[in-house]
Amino acid sequence: MTPHVTSGDPRVAEVWASLAAVTDPELDESVTELRFVTEVDVDAEDRVHIGFRLPTYWCAANFAFLMADDMRVAVSSLPWVRQVLVDLRDHMYSDTINEGLAQGRSFKSTFSDEAVDEDLDDLRRTFRIKAFQRRQEAVIRYLLDRDWSVQAILDLDCPHLATLAIDDAEAARQRGRYLEIRREFGGPGDTAFTTAQGEPIDPRNFAEYLSLLRRVRINTEFNGHLCRGLLQARYDDPAPDGEPTLADFIAGRVATQVAKSNTGGNDGCRK
Amino acid sequence: MFKTAEGEEIFIIDGHTHLWDGSKENQKNVHGAQFIDCFYGYHTALSPKEYVWPKEKFDKYGAETMYNDLFVEGYDDMAIFQPTYLKDFYVNGFNTTEQNAVLKEKHPDRFILNGAWDPRDGEAGIEALHELVEKYKIKGVKLYTAEWKGASKGWKLTDEWAQRYMAECVKLGVKNIHVHKGPTILPLNRDAFDVADIDDAATSFPELNFIVEHCGLPRLDDFCWIAVQEPNVYGGLAVALPFIHSRPDYFNQVISELLFWLGPDRLLYGSDYAIWSPKWMVEKFMAHELPDTIKKDKGVDLNLDAKRKILGLNAAKLYDIDVPAHKARLSGTAPAHAGEQTMAQVAEVLGD
Repeated sequence: MTPHVTSGDPRVAEVWASLAAVTDPELDESVTELRFVTEVDVDAEDRVHIGFRLPTYWCAANFAFLMADDMRVAVSSLPWVRQVLVDLRDHMYSDTINEGLAQGRSFKSTFSDEAVDEDLDDLRRTFRIKAFQRRQEAVIRYLLDRDWSVQAILDLDCPHLATLAIDDAEAARQRGRYLEIRREFGGPGDTAFTTAQGEPIDPRNFAEYLSLLRRVRINTEFNGHLCRGLLQARYDDPAPDGEPTLADFIAGRVATQVAKSNTGGNDGCRK
Repeated sequence: MFKTAEGEEIFIIDGHTHLWDGSKENQKNVHGAQFIDCFYGYHTALSPKEYVWPKEKFDKYGAETMYNDLFVEGYDDMAIFQPTYLKDFYVNGFNTTEQNAVLKEKHPDRFILNGAWDPRDGEAGIEALHELVEKYKIKGVKLYTAEWKGASKGWKLTDEWAQRYMAECVKLGVKNIHVHKGPTILPLNRDAFDVADIDDAATSFPELNFIVEHCGLPRLDDFCWIAVQEPNVYGGLAVALPFIHSRPDYFNQVISELLFWLGPDRLLYGSDYAIWSPKWMVEKFMAHELPDTIKKDKGVDLNLDAKRKILGLNAAKLYDIDVPAHKARLSGTAPAHAGEQTMAQVAEVLGD
């Protein structure tokens, strides 16, 4: 199964572009890059149909619901969209989830009997904190690799981080991703690197702090490796070689990424 | 048996093996089909290509294939059976103690037979545990906290009945509690593979050893915290180990965390057969070296001493295996039972 492109309809490309911003909460990676989205279609009534798949039949229903709901919200914000119908396939709760979403119900009400204790917002926040830590680690690692001292790293503020010349495309991408999430966490000040609670990082405990970030990354990467492998094994489609596909060009995602790394993302991090 | 280039024999106990039947004939429902399909996904995603089986063989490979892969082709000296019943998914269960016992009986020196229990079985389950101990003299159990049972989709070690079962294990000398704490496949809201309940159990039952299978991955940080606090907590490397082939850098990071927090005395090798074959895994593990940067960074090393412990000596300690005596028995240079003599000894006496 490969991403299905219906036509040269520019609206399809717009949908792909908004889906690219939706992430798997656990992996902090885009649902389109993970190749979870297989199909985007716009019908005559301006309704958007999204085909969506996951690495296993068992993938946690709360994550599946969360992603599908985020896709619905992201695509609904396009002005011409009248309705978004997400079609989760090959999952043990496909029917339940698709139906719940189509009726605009919450996860709690969709799984009323089984999900009484579940608060999807808490879950979303937990994973968002991990995403913050993981993105932060990538930037700190880059600076350490370029022989920045701990003190220099901790003294850095957002505007200077945003305008810093970075000689590595992936590091530049991570910087953009970090600055974006920095607005949600890290407190009201301009200090580039703080804990997820917005506290300053104590330089004397910097090694331990880095080791915490590292453990968060190891867990996330475990999931990422496993999910990609399982998805590939399940659908027997070849691993992406890193080259953009036709769908990427149609969605304008290739150009977007280049533009992002050139400008270095936004320059402030006040909420 | 694995021999190093210097001729040293490394005694290997595979801490995590199964003899399963995931065939269509045994599948009760779509969940049974999806369960074995998911395992096959792990198998194809993380095995070297030449070790990938056709799906049909993977569904039901049988006892002979298992024996061959572990002990003839593979380097295992002994293997621990970890049953996974899944009776809601499979007509005769997926992998039960009784089925494993047949192979153990045939090769008593090769296998360590573990049982299982489920606190949702209440009083009847306690009786069944007594029977298992009486019949098979088991010293360990495998617990699968995400197993479905009717309306229930899982349980925790902190549940009242689970505490009663563990108290019973102390009484019966079933001292090794292997708990599956790995990648989530549990549907819905409750994460039954969360490692948090290990903390409570390990504190409440210091007489028991808790072997956290799959090291709690992807909750490695939680697992490390708990293991540092609780000296009776061990890490089973199944699922972490196969990354040594497809993602060696990633494996280095995981193993260095584990060596740093738990040390080489509390880690156990496990192939998770038949998801992965012990042959390539042991070869790669023995050949593997941590990069200098990690050694320096974390102050850990995966040296021969650590490998010996992880591959067999740690498990031997937990299961009271006298390694030199067992080695001699396996090689036929010692009698299998007390009071008997080997053919060689008899021949010597007879001067033949």
